[in-house]
Amino acid sequence: MADTTGTGPLGAFFKGMAVTGRQFIATVFGKGLVTTKYPQEMREKPQRFHGRHVLNRYEDGMEKCIGCELCAGACPARCIYVRGADNPDDRPVSPGERYGFVYEINMLRCIFCGLCVEACPTEAITHTRLFEMSTTNRADAIYTKTELLVDEEGRPNHMFETDRLADFDELGEADGWMRATAPQGRAAYEGQVSWSGSAGVGVRPPEAGQSDLPEEAGEGDGEDRA
Amino acid sequence: MARLSTPPHLLTTTLGKAMRWAQTRSMWPATFGLACCAIEMMAAGTAHHDLARFGMEVFRASPRQADLMIVAGRVSQKMAPVLRQVYDQMADPKWVISMGACASTGGMFNNYALVQGVDQVVPVDVYVPGCPPGPQSLIHGILTLQDKVMSGELAR
Repeated sequence: MADTTGTGPLGAFFKGMAVTGRQFIATVFGKGLVTTKYPQEMREKPQRFHGRHVLNRYEDGMEKCIGCELCAGACPARCIYVRGADNPDDRPVSPGERYGFVYEINMLRCIFCGLCVEACPTEAITHTRLFEMSTTNRADAIYTKTELLVDEEGRPNHMFETDRLADFDELGEADGWMRATAPQGRAAYEGQVSWSGSAGVGVRPPEAGQSDLPEEAGEGDGEDRA
Repeated sequence: MARLSTPPHLLTTTLGKAMRWAQTRSMWPATFGLACCAIEMMAAGTAHHDLARFGMEVFRASPRQADLMIVAGRVSQKMAPVLRQVYDQMADPKWVISMGACASTGGMFNNYALVQGVDQVVPVDVYVPGCPPGPQSLIHGILTLQDKVMSGELAR
């Protein structure tokens, strides 16, 4: 065998093991430790993480969804099923004529691309940053309005109350995607709020954009996580 | 849900619990990476996520030595018999995690080439949504599986 290190076979061995030893010591004494102990601690997630969806409400408790099915039309995986119905005159569910009567997302087919959020004309559907959705049967993965719609105070619902792993605070961190986008997709409107307030949250602040915003606007990532 | 708990004898319940504990603490996965989900599956084994914390860092190329098949990626019609054969070659007890939208339902590829859900070929224990699911999502699926095995719901 060719001796490439010029130190003899034993020298090469110790040279190699020294690297291993250095890494070992760096890991044991905490300096080089990179592992996130997932169930106990969470990795920092980006503001615009595409996680589980929620259906939002206006500040007065009305549902934002108007049952227009644009989300279902935009969905490349065809995982959204919406049916609209006329608002009852005596007790309207949403402002305007119609509301989302049935709203179902098959989370197992969803590819979390965010096109539904982009397509929604009323910011009714948004992403949260919750990704813990593993199930043991397929039926559990179909989220209906019961799970998706936030309650009157804007608190999101969830299916698995006893799930010890999921961090349900992440469900409250909705519409990161929306705030990352200039309204109408035009740079001239960047930083301007042109979306409606949500129940329990109010009007969400715009996220700092990519172009010439003042310095103090900051990076945008995680500015409202505190 | 069929539960195997509440047996009448103290000795057997303890033995069953010990068995399940042993089964969950070193479930060696078989490598069945089929597409981009496999990259995330590999990332789950790296230092940042460290599947070794669950005794699962050894991805076995031989199905004989594996307890858990993580189907990571879209399963084409041609791959389906191969998948089934690998599953059949695994020794009992064995579990299957269907990782990602494609493996679970076909995802956005609703066409003639892909199996619309790997549960048409093998019995799936845990479905992990995502496209692809991140390493943490996969670990959540694995922990869900471990929980269900420990509780007896998926015990073999």
